[in-house]
Amino acid sequence: MNDMTVPREEREAKLEGMGCKRKRVEDVRFTQGKGNYVDDIKLKDMVFGDFVRSPYPHARVKSIDTSAAEALPGVLAVLTAETLKTVNLAWMPTLAGDVQMVLADGKVLFQNQEVAFVIAEDRYIAADAVDLVEVEYEELPVLVDPFKAMEPDAPVLREDLEGKTEGAHGARKHHNHIFEWTVGDSEATDLAFSKAEVTVKELFSYHRCHPCPLETCACVASMDKIKGELTLWGTFQAPHVVRTVASLLSTIPEHKIRVISPDIGGGFGNKVGVYPGYVCSIVGSIVLGRPVKWVEDRIENLSATAFARDYHMTTELAATAEGKITGLRCHVLADHGGFDACADPSKWPAGFFNIITGSYDIPTAHVAVDGVYTNKAPGGVAYRCSFRVTEAVYAMERAIDVLARKLNMDPAELRLKNFIRPEQFPYPSALGWEYDSGDYETAMRKAMETVDYAGLRAEQAEKRAAFERGETRELMGIGVSFFTEIVGAGPTRNCDILGIGMFDSCEIRIHPTGAAIARMGTISQGQGHQTTYAQILATELGIPADMIDIEEGDTDTAPYGLGTYGSRSTPVAGAATAMAARKIKAKAQMIAAHMLEVHEDDLEWDVDGFRVKGLPEKTASMKEICWAAYNNVPPNMEPGLEAVSYYDPPNMTYPFGAYICVMDIDVDTGAHKVRRFYALDDCGTRINPMIIEGQVHGGLTEGYAIAMGQEIAYDDMGNVTTASLMDFFLPTAVETPFWETDWTVTPSPHHPIGAKGVGESPNVGSVPCFSNAVNDAFAHLGVTHIQMPHDNWRIWRECKRLGLTG
Amino acid sequence: MIPGSFDYHRPKTVDEAVALLGQYGEEARAIAGGHSLIPMMKLRLAAPEHLIDLGKIEALRGISRDGDTIVIGATTTQAELIASPVIASNLPILIETAMLIADPQIRYVGTVGGNVANGDPGNDMPALMQCLGADYVLKGASGERSVAARDFYEAAYFTALEDGELLTSIRIPLPPAGCGWAYEKLKRKVGDYATAAAAVMLKLHGGACSFASIALTNVGDTPLLAAEAAEALVGSSLDKSAIDAAVAAAEAITNPASDGRGPAEYRTRMAGVMLRRAIARAKNRAA
Amino acid sequence: MAKTHVKMTVNGKEIEALVEPRTLLIHFIREELELTGPHIGCETSHCGACTLDIDGKSVKSCTMFAVQANGADIRTIEGMAEADGTLHPLQDAFREMHGLQCGFCTPGMITRAYRLLQENPNPSDEEIRMGISGNLCRCTGYQNIVAAIRLAAERMNGTQNWEAAE
Repeated sequence: MNDMTVPREEREAKLEGMGCKRKRVEDVRFTQGKGNYVDDIKLKDMVFGDFVRSPYPHARVKSIDTSAAEALPGVLAVLTAETLKTVNLAWMPTLAGDVQMVLADGKVLFQNQEVAFVIAEDRYIAADAVDLVEVEYEELPVLVDPFKAMEPDAPVLREDLEGKTEGAHGARKHHNHIFEWTVGDSEATDLAFSKAEVTVKELFSYHRCHPCPLETCACVASMDKIKGELTLWGTFQAPHVVRTVASLLSTIPEHKIRVISPDIGGGFGNKVGVYPGYVCSIVGSIVLGRPVKWVEDRIENLSATAFARDYHMTTELAATAEGKITGLRCHVLADHGGFDACADPSKWPAGFFNIITGSYDIPTAHVAVDGVYTNKAPGGVAYRCSFRVTEAVYAMERAIDVLARKLNMDPAELRLKNFIRPEQFPYPSALGWEYDSGDYETAMRKAMETVDYAGLRAEQAEKRAAFERGETRELMGIGVSFFTEIVGAGPTRNCDILGIGMFDSCEIRIHPTGAAIARMGTISQGQGHQTTYAQILATELGIPADMIDIEEGDTDTAPYGLGTYGSRSTPVAGAATAMAARKIKAKAQMIAAHMLEVHEDDLEWDVDGFRVKGLPEKTASMKEICWAAYNNVPPNMEPGLEAVSYYDPPNMTYPFGAYICVMDIDVDTGAHKVRRFYALDDCGTRINPMIIEGQVHGGLTEGYAIAMGQEIAYDDMGNVTTASLMDFFLPTAVETPFWETDWTVTPSPHHPIGAKGVGESPNVGSVPCFSNAVNDAFAHLGVTHIQMPHDNWRIWRECKRLGLTG
Repeated sequence: MIPGSFDYHRPKTVDEAVALLGQYGEEARAIAGGHSLIPMMKLRLAAPEHLIDLGKIEALRGISRDGDTIVIGATTTQAELIASPVIASNLPILIETAMLIADPQIRYVGTVGGNVANGDPGNDMPALMQCLGADYVLKGASGERSVAARDFYEAAYFTALEDGELLTSIRIPLPPAGCGWAYEKLKRKVGDYATAAAAVMLKLHGGACSFASIALTNVGDTPLLAAEAAEALVGSSLDKSAIDAAVAAAEAITNPASDGRGPAEYRTRMAGVMLRRAIARAKNRAA
Repeated sequence: MAKTHVKMTVNGKEIEALVEPRTLLIHFIREELELTGPHIGCETSHCGACTLDIDGKSVKSCTMFAVQANGADIRTIEGMAEADGTLHPLQDAFREMHGLQCGFCTPGMITRAYRLLQENPNPSDEEIRMGISGNLCRCTGYQNIVAAIRLAAERMNGTQNWEAAE
């Protein structure tokens, strides 16, 4: 039995609850090679699927001859659009309200689009058979540049939409137009600009990139024809949504489908969507009655599933001569590729792009986003960010730097001048959000002091002078960014996916001995959920974290949840965890009162049990209460100690941070060196500082890669030129800078434990910081904006344009 | 990414390997470390019907000194090269270069012979071998012959190596005593091919350059020996005008492709920048 | 095509099998031997998730045929702990220093770090970064991996003067 006479600190330490650097539970298996990822699954009679893909970015499919492939020994089936039409699955709905071909139906719209699906006894035979499928194509004119998509004579991409003037999000203006989404007060904004003393305008292109988790997308579909049950293992960031979609598409009743996300080797947004490989594997298993495994290779991953960004943001700021921002206007051209398969909440075709006013008190703003089709892969996922937030933050954080140049002000000072002040929270933004909490100035000043910002500026001035004197060939750039994220989607009144509200869930069962299991609607892809949810419960329930199992990812056992992406696990499921725990605690209190023969109001909570007020030696520890829950409950109370919570958040959460980067640029090669990078994050209450720091390191590394070279590039013919890890920039340990991390804590007032989420902040905040550092290196030469990615040759091109190098 | 089928052979002697290569002609490929060939096979850009594994042929391995020549067996790995005291004391530029190739795992299995023989213009060793004036010993059914590295490369993936022939060793003459050396490579990240790279050997005598040899990597469809650039240095004090002339001469012979590393113009300029830096470092190292 | 007989030692166990020559070593290890610790990340020898220790070298087994490993002595992540279950200091250190998140790169990373420390028992941070530059990690940003390898090295050398992160 727990002894509540032990000092409070000792009992608290034993819990390993919130705030402690608990070592991860997951690592025990991962460090021994005992993780269980999708490709590790081996089932009896399992067969393998592989895709025939289009070498052309835009072509008519004249014919598909599968006979030679089918004749190869070991080949079991070759699916084409014609086969899928018999089960009405040649096309599937996307999360964005569009439809997408599962297999090429008459034409292809991007290079490496899925054309046929070969199923064979093993993956080697499947690969051989792919080569034997004969496809006759007739090439069509290719549209790569989104700025040409809406020209009158642009090629018609989506013939299936011909004559459709209404899309899922309103009117379509052109045959390659998907939607226009506007928000804000256009007239008031125009007025602010017409009255402004200073305005700036710049096109900020956020290039196409890709989440590229180390594990590619994969699934195993297993149809038990006798039981009529489908089991689907997959790399799914949202297993319950996959179950619902699979049921709607296949007409298998939802209770006959079990979706399991086992260990996932990183997601970063890549594994939110539903891909043709999943549909074809399910159909294959239904047809063959055998389990079908499909695993993307890296080329397929980079060229066909889930790109991110490709946002072209013409951004304007209006300000007074003293630097007070009076208005913001932004027009976005959004390249969605051949199908609009972006993974946003249904009502938000441009995600939460209207967070673009950022951390600043901007009285009026207007945003318009036009989505267009091009001959590129579909997607538009949130690559380690909330939906379209990193795009918005990039535009704002670059724009304020451009404004600072024009005003001849220091960019950090201009930010300080325009921050939303602590007393303005909850703060209603001009574009419709209500920020929960923040103390931006404190964070910014702490960052500036820690790095000695003034000293850095002095050093930069000296270095510029030395450059002028010919003593160095390096220019020094200082990047500042201050971001406000919007995460934790989200309130069901305005956030849903295919009509399902974006709540999340936790179900807790306490066993008689005081051990517990909690099942969640989310799914970890490396975030350490098994570790951190248990910490929340440990603090809430007074049960040691080591006595609590966290289980996720099996739709047969877990309560319905919307999954893990958009930094929503802690804000939504973390809240559900606390709320479910509090239901248990309330019942525990009644049991304790019964045990101690006092009124429950006479009890007070003390770390891991209750004490009688005024009689502190009279206690009921949680461990004792758990036992009593199964044999000594008050009259008329049901035995047991269980609870479930479906948490519908009242608001988003708004983590923020201040980042500063110091970079040296070699003008003769365009190569850079990040000399220093400091990241201060405020994610509200900190559940596990070790895991937070790890998340920040990872996000910064991704942000570094994106800003400095990571790109999904297409040539003019529509060929993707970066589909291997030779050309798609994933930095190694050698290129990756050293990260300094720091924090402030401003809890969310509406979240049960005050936590805001952190996983994506470092990606969101660091990309503009790196980009600002590059631009800052050239700012004294009149440069306002250099487009990303800032790889060597593009920086060198700017050096050459400026006459700094030959 | 699954390769096509093939028959596998694992000869124990050079003669056996040569016989197999002769027997199967263009249907056969020799494999050593395999880190160039296997990815090509997985992409089905190469589909040999017979794979002849050189891994068990002891005679192809090892580093030795033969008079004024350093002999490197074709299947000597980059890691073995890096660890070799013979190389460290005689040709340290090989170690500097090998350290810039690929990554640790690949250097354990990637061979010097494979790097020079497969004709990939992205490989680093070919230009270095041209710079050093190395000879390649090739063995075929009709016997052994020697081809200078400077004559070996014809176009991307096309070399003087004929079907049925095997590269058995690389012979590098010892550079003049007191030579300075440097290999400068600009790349995007560890594991990348060069955006441009330059190998420089030079010797100073009484303040003047008495010997120079220069070659460039990955700025043409073969490695490029920059003879005129070297000539521009010889006789000079390595002053700015001589170096400018060498850089101009080197840039003039480049013909790089535009790719993700940058447009052709950039890569040409980077060849010049790498050369300039390599000359500076070589000069500092010259006795 | 004829199958080839291969014999090798894997984690101290002698195994024999008939393999198709084109069978990649990583597939042989994962699917025939059911050692699924090593992973497939890129298939083009860039990511290092498939790293095995073969005859004292770190090798990317996605770019090697099983037949080439005939006669080899191979160690995978599953063979890193001692027979009695005692973990290798690297395995402990990765957990302690939070040197992993999704776990997908971890087996290859630890296997590579094992060889690095065999060759260089006391590497500097820069040498560690160079030493693991053939292994990509998408989650950690490497900083804690470097710290974990340093901690393991110190413990293996008995020179630990490490103040574990608070």
